[in-house]
Amino acid sequence: MDLASIVKELNLKVECGKDQLTQEVSGGYVGDLLSDVMANSKEGNLWITRQTHQNIVAVASLKELAGIILVQGKGPEKDTLEKASKEGIPLLVTDLHTFEVAGKLYKLLS
Amino acid sequence: MNLNYENSFTIEGGNFEDAGKIAVEIKKTLKNMGITGDTLRKTAIATYESEINIISYAKRGVINVRVTPECVFLNIKDEGPGIEDIEMAMREGYSTASYRIRELGFGAGMGIPNIKNCSDDFELTSEVNKGTHLRIVINMNNS
Repeated sequence: MDLASIVKELNLKVECGKDQLTQEVSGGYVGDLLSDVMANSKEGNLWITRQTHQNIVAVASLKELAGIILVQGKGPEKDTLEKASKEGIPLLVTDLHTFEVAGKLYKLLS
Repeated sequence: MNLNYENSFTIEGGNFEDAGKIAVEIKKTLKNMGITGDTLRKTAIATYESEINIISYAKRGVINVRVTPECVFLNIKDEGPGIEDIEMAMREGYSTASYRIRELGFGAGMGIPNIKNCSDDFELTSEVNKGTHLRIVINMNNS
């Protein structure tokens, strides 16, 4: 499934990376510990996290993740948005909690 | 494909704003050289975790990257508090990180174990109140 379809199905707000939505999503990963995401996420995964600070962008970029879903309606910080735009990492925001959005994403992808 | 490269990157401790910047730069350079797959992924993780460790704990540090047709060599030296108990530091989940560091999602006690898992050869030495020295070798894919 491509990222654009997921954005539509989950009603995600696209904060940046609008031109990156055609990519295929290989799966999902949930984590707020950056080392855990570094170690265990896979290329093309959509990452769900409650971290909104700029350090998430380097992790997504290094692991070539499809994008980042920020939960509970908390949008990215200004620096995060700037960095993600520059690196071409889609930042997507949902009002849902991690559990809910992860469940919906799992259902979509399985 | 020209697989010969060497560069050193200096990292100042305490600056979390740009944390990961050097790892991203190294990854882009290696990718442009044609390095792919596990070698690229392992190098990205090892340099990222080393960079975060320097920022989190040391005054400053240097990451030296040397690429040959056979391997990626990482030589990471910092000036800092050193590691009192290396055996503990190698254990997943053990961390001496402050609350501030943990709040950012760092300091989970996974850094050094992650580096080791990505290394084909790994050597960690440290002197308390002096610094820490990491030597890592990552083999090229299919070599």
